[in-house]
Amino acid sequence: MKRYFKLIALILVFTFVVSLGLMGCAKKEEPKKEEPKKEEPAPAETKKPKVGIVLSSGGKGDKSFNDAALRGLDMAKAEGIIDDYHYTEPPDISKDEESLRFYAEEGYDLVIGVGFMMETAMKNVAEEFSKTNFAIIDAVVDKPNVASLVFKEEEGSFLAGALAAMITTSKMPMANDQKVVGFVGGMDMPLIHKFQGGFEQGVKYIDDSIQVIAKYAGTEPSAFNDPPKGKELAKAEIEAGADVIYHASGGTGAGVFEAAEENNIYAIGVDSDQNWMKPGFIIASMLKKVDVAVFETTKAVAENRFKAGVQVFDTKADGVGLTDLENLTVVEKQAKEAGDITDEQLNKIKEMKDSMPQEFKEKIKEIREKIISGEIKVIDVTAKK
Amino acid sequence: MFDTLFSLDILQATLRMATPLFLAALGGLFSERSGVVNIALEGLMLLGAFFAAVGSYFTGNPWLGVLTAMIVSALFAGIHALVSIRYKADQVVSGTALNLLAGGLTVFLLNVIFNTSGTSPNVPKLPTWLWFNPIVYIGLVLVIIVHYIIWYTPFGLRIRSVGEHPMAADTVGINVYTLRYICVILSGVFAGLAGADLAIGELSIFRQGMSGGRGFIALAALIFGKWTPLGALGASLLFGYAQAAQMRLIGFSIPSEFIEMIPYIVTMVALAGVVGRSTPPAAVGKPYEKGNR
Repeated sequence: MKRYFKLIALILVFTFVVSLGLMGCAKKEEPKKEEPKKEEPAPAETKKPKVGIVLSSGGKGDKSFNDAALRGLDMAKAEGIIDDYHYTEPPDISKDEESLRFYAEEGYDLVIGVGFMMETAMKNVAEEFSKTNFAIIDAVVDKPNVASLVFKEEEGSFLAGALAAMITTSKMPMANDQKVVGFVGGMDMPLIHKFQGGFEQGVKYIDDSIQVIAKYAGTEPSAFNDPPKGKELAKAEIEAGADVIYHASGGTGAGVFEAAEENNIYAIGVDSDQNWMKPGFIIASMLKKVDVAVFETTKAVAENRFKAGVQVFDTKADGVGLTDLENLTVVEKQAKEAGDITDEQLNKIKEMKDSMPQEFKEKIKEIREKIISGEIKVIDVTAKK
Repeated sequence: MFDTLFSLDILQATLRMATPLFLAALGGLFSERSGVVNIALEGLMLLGAFFAAVGSYFTGNPWLGVLTAMIVSALFAGIHALVSIRYKADQVVSGTALNLLAGGLTVFLLNVIFNTSGTSPNVPKLPTWLWFNPIVYIGLVLVIIVHYIIWYTPFGLRIRSVGEHPMAADTVGINVYTLRYICVILSGVFAGLAGADLAIGELSIFRQGMSGGRGFIALAALIFGKWTPLGALGASLLFGYAQAAQMRLIGFSIPSEFIEMIPYIVTMVALAGVVGRSTPPAAVGKPYEKGNR
C-alpha cells in the first residue's frame, strides 16, 4: 500500500512541476522549429523577415486586441510577405522584457510588442538591440529603432457614441423611453478614458440631454478578465435606464454582452468585430484596426522601408471606425463558417442591422466624413494641454 | 438615493454576487473546521468554472457541466488533501501551488481544447428560475444543510473535534485522516459549484482568470463569519451588498478601491478581535501525527 502512495506522490509532484512549467513556456513556440523552406524563390528584391510578437494580457483568442494583431500577421503570411511568425504570451507583465529580448537575441527582423504595458520593457530592449526593428502598439517609445503605432480611439468611440445616442432616442425594438446610455471600462486608466471621452462627445454631439453612465471594472490589469463583474456593472447601468452600452474592457466585455442578452438591450463591441459573440444584441463594434497597423509595419520591414517614430492610425487612415451597419462583415460570416454561430444566429445579426433606420447609417457616414475633413474635432481627454 | 440602496434590483445583485462567495466559503468551512487550511479555494473555483464550461460545451447540458465542475474540483482538492494530510506538507504552500496550477492549467487546456488563451466559445448556460439561476437557490439551501450538519449531527461534531483537538478525537475512535480527507474533498465540491455559478450560471463562457480573487474573498467571508455557515453567508452578503451599492452610487461615489478593500479590512479587524474575536479551529494548519503529543 505504502508503495502505491509513493508512486502517486511522485506522479503528483511531476504533474505539479510540469504544469507550472507550462504556465511559463508552453505557450512560447520555440523558434528553432522554424526551418526556412527554400523551395520557391521569393520575388527577387523582397527578403522575408522573421517576425516575433509578444502579446499582452488576454493573449491569443481574446477575440479583441491580441487577435487583431495576430490577424495582421496572418494577412502578411497569406500574402507571402512573411513565411511564418512566432508569438509569446507572457504570464504577466514582469516577463514582457524577457520575451522581447528573446526575439531580439534570436535575430528577428521585427519584434512587435502589443499593448501599452510593454512601454518600459520595450524602451529597455530597444536600447540594447539598436539594430533590431521594433514596433509597439498603443504606446509611444521614443527610440530610433521603434515604430510606435497609436490609434485615435476617441474618434472611433465618437462614432459609437453618436450611434448609441441615435438608438436610445429611437423607436428601435430594444430601445426604451429613457435618454440614458452606458459605458463599461476595464481597467481605470488613461487609455480607456480615451474611449470613454470619445464616446461621451459622440453622444452629446447628437443630443446634449442624453445621460452617459460610465463604470469601470477595477484598477488592475485583471479588470480586463472579469466578465462576472462586467455583467453586474452593465446590469447596474441598465437599472438606471441604459438601453445601449458600449464597452472597452477586453474579456470583461463578455459579461456586458451577457447582461445585454438577459435584459434585451443593445451592446457595442470594441477593438475587433464582436457582433457575433451574442448575435442579435451587439449592434456594432468599434474597430481598432491593429491588424492593419501590424500588417503595414511588417510589409514596410519586408520592403526595407521601416520607419521608426509615431504612426497615428485615425479615421482618415481607416485605423478606427465602426463595423458595417448595412451588410454582414467578413468576420461575422467566418464565425458562421467556423461553427461558432448557426445560420439562424447569422440571420439575427442581419435582421438587427436591417432594423436600424437608414437615416442613422447615413448620419454615421456623414459624421465620419466630418471627422476626416476636420469639421468635427474629437478631443483626446487624456492629452496634456 | 435611499430607494436605490434598498431597491429590489440591488438586493438581487447582492445575492448574485454573494453566491460564489458563500459557496466557496462553505467549502473552506469544511476543510478548516477539520483542521486543514485551504487557501486553494481560488484555484478550485477557477478549475470549477473551466470544467463547468467544458462539460456544458461537450454534453450540451449545463447540468452535466455543473457535475463535471464539482467532480474535477473535488479531484484537485484531493491533491491538496493528499499532500497535506498524508505527506504532512505545509498546507499554505500546497494551497498556493494549487492556485498557481489552476491558473496555468486552465489557460493551457483552453489552448488545447479551444485553441485560444482568452475566452472560450459560448456554451449552454443554466436557466433562470424566477430571478436567479438555480445555483443561487441551491446555495441557499446548502447553507441551511451545512449549518445543520456542522452543529446538529454526530458527523459535524466529529469534524469540529478533529479540527480542535485531533488527538482527543483519535483516542475516542474517530479516524482523523479519513475525516479530513472527506472534508477537504468536500471543499473542492463546493468551490467547484461556485465556479460553475460564475461560468454557466451567471455567464455562458469561461474566461482566463475569471475567478478574479473571489476565492480569497470567500476565505475572508469565512473568517469574518467566524467559521460558521450562517456567518459566512452574512459576510458574503455584506461584501456583495457593498459592491452592488458602489456600482449604483453615481455622483456620490465612494472610490471602488475602498470597496474592494472592505473584505480584507474586516477580516483583519475580526482576527484582531476588535468586535467579538474570530478564533480559528485550534488545530487548523497542523498536520496530525498519530501518537505525537
